[in-house]
Amino acid sequence: MKDFNYIQPDSLSQAGKYLSNRNNDAVILSGGTDLLSLIKENIYTNENVVNLKTIPNLNNIKYKKGEGLTIGALTKISDVAESKIIKEKFTVLAEAAKEIASLQLRNMGTVGGNICQRPRCWYYREDFDCIKKGGGECFAYQGENKYHCIIGGGPCYIVHPSDLAVALTALDAKVKLFFDDSSRIIPIHEFFILPEDDYLFENILRDGEIVTEIIIPDLPDGAKSSYIKIKERETWDFAVVSAAAVISKKGSNIKSGKIAYGGVAPIPWTEEIINKSLKNLNADKNEIEKISKIILADAEPLEKNKYKVILAKNLVKRILTNLVLDA
Amino acid sequence: MKIKFTLNKKKVTAEVESTERLIDLLRNKFQLMGTKEGCSIGECGACTILMDGKAVNSCLVLAEQIEGAEIITIEGIADGEQLHPIQENFIKAGAIQCGFCTPGMVVSSYELLNENPEPNEEEIKEAIAGNLCRCTGYKQIIDAVKISAEQLRDSK
Repeated sequence: MKDFNYIQPDSLSQAGKYLSNRNNDAVILSGGTDLLSLIKENIYTNENVVNLKTIPNLNNIKYKKGEGLTIGALTKISDVAESKIIKEKFTVLAEAAKEIASLQLRNMGTVGGNICQRPRCWYYREDFDCIKKGGGECFAYQGENKYHCIIGGGPCYIVHPSDLAVALTALDAKVKLFFDDSSRIIPIHEFFILPEDDYLFENILRDGEIVTEIIIPDLPDGAKSSYIKIKERETWDFAVVSAAAVISKKGSNIKSGKIAYGGVAPIPWTEEIINKSLKNLNADKNEIEKISKIILADAEPLEKNKYKVILAKNLVKRILTNLVLDA
Repeated sequence: MKIKFTLNKKKVTAEVESTERLIDLLRNKFQLMGTKEGCSIGECGACTILMDGKAVNSCLVLAEQIEGAEIITIEGIADGEQLHPIQENFIKAGAIQCGFCTPGMVVSSYELLNENPEPNEEEIKEAIAGNLCRCTGYKQIIDAVKISAEQLRDSK
């Protein structure tokens, strides 16, 4: 492990001041479950590590009917998985949280850290001078690409590893960001960016910018949601493919719905054409079958990951059937 | 940097380096060798300890991060020479083979039974999902946790 200085700010404002100074060559530590591995592997070699964990008031879960849910960025993943209001009202998020890693890692990992974690691509994690690390090429493109993306790739072909990000996309969440001494709020779909826009990073965070809060609009009464994750190792693993769905019903019809997929693209993926087709849909077995056939129509799988397209289609069929027909 | 924290119910202080991890501190400075280092990246759970009552991987915590925290290691689960019922039952059920995963398994089981005195088999499996046993004696480990749950309930 390369030597670094440990910086312990007392307040968000102090952290913001420190981090926004580019001369400080600093990286943010929250849960540390990803960062410490990255430092150990010399992927991160920053001089300063800034611990946010003791900054007060960034680990609360608050719900107000009609307004929605806010989750502080330093809230532990295990607290999201066990929160009564999240389990009842925003089920997809609790289910996604519960699917993350092991109990030990959920007890350490934070919500903010989870959406900012770096990809699991083995070329990125191992000793390859790949494009994401400033090298010339993506070795996965013609290499071992079983776990890589089937849509949205190029020039880097990672998949985004966060389960929460997929659920938050289906929930139309917003992300609050803090820089220097001011905040901005952006929709989660603008937070994540494709490699064609920036292949070095997976989100728009500027140097020194801090994720402070996740904001989720309230769901109508009776809305239902769910997260299903396919893992190669059942005990715990990153998603091969996952799906998050949020559905509002009117009688036996779907009034509106949104589906997001994980493990298929460099960002949490959602398709407007599918979300639109869910609107006022008389959701019977045939209609669900039709939808599952047209999802990811633009997928361009690599040599070793064609199976992901089939998995995703079946996953969407399963999640809609669970939410709509078996309800 | 000097830190203060509670270790196995005793208030302690230690001088730590910025790159020092909690597992290094426990094993090297406090000579608590029960906490094992397996993978060093949070996948095997051999280094599991309790931090403020929650099971965490001590290989992924920086020593400086535990300022003010309450740390319990496997050594703090037994009462002196008197083993905790979970430890007794690991022995009785044959849940120990090479023994390397055992401290982590016991700590994870301890947190489970603190929070859920009546776990079903699925809940037990989930609680120890972050602990790898390379001898693969999981069946006996699950049995040991089941017996411990019953025994701890009866003794209350």
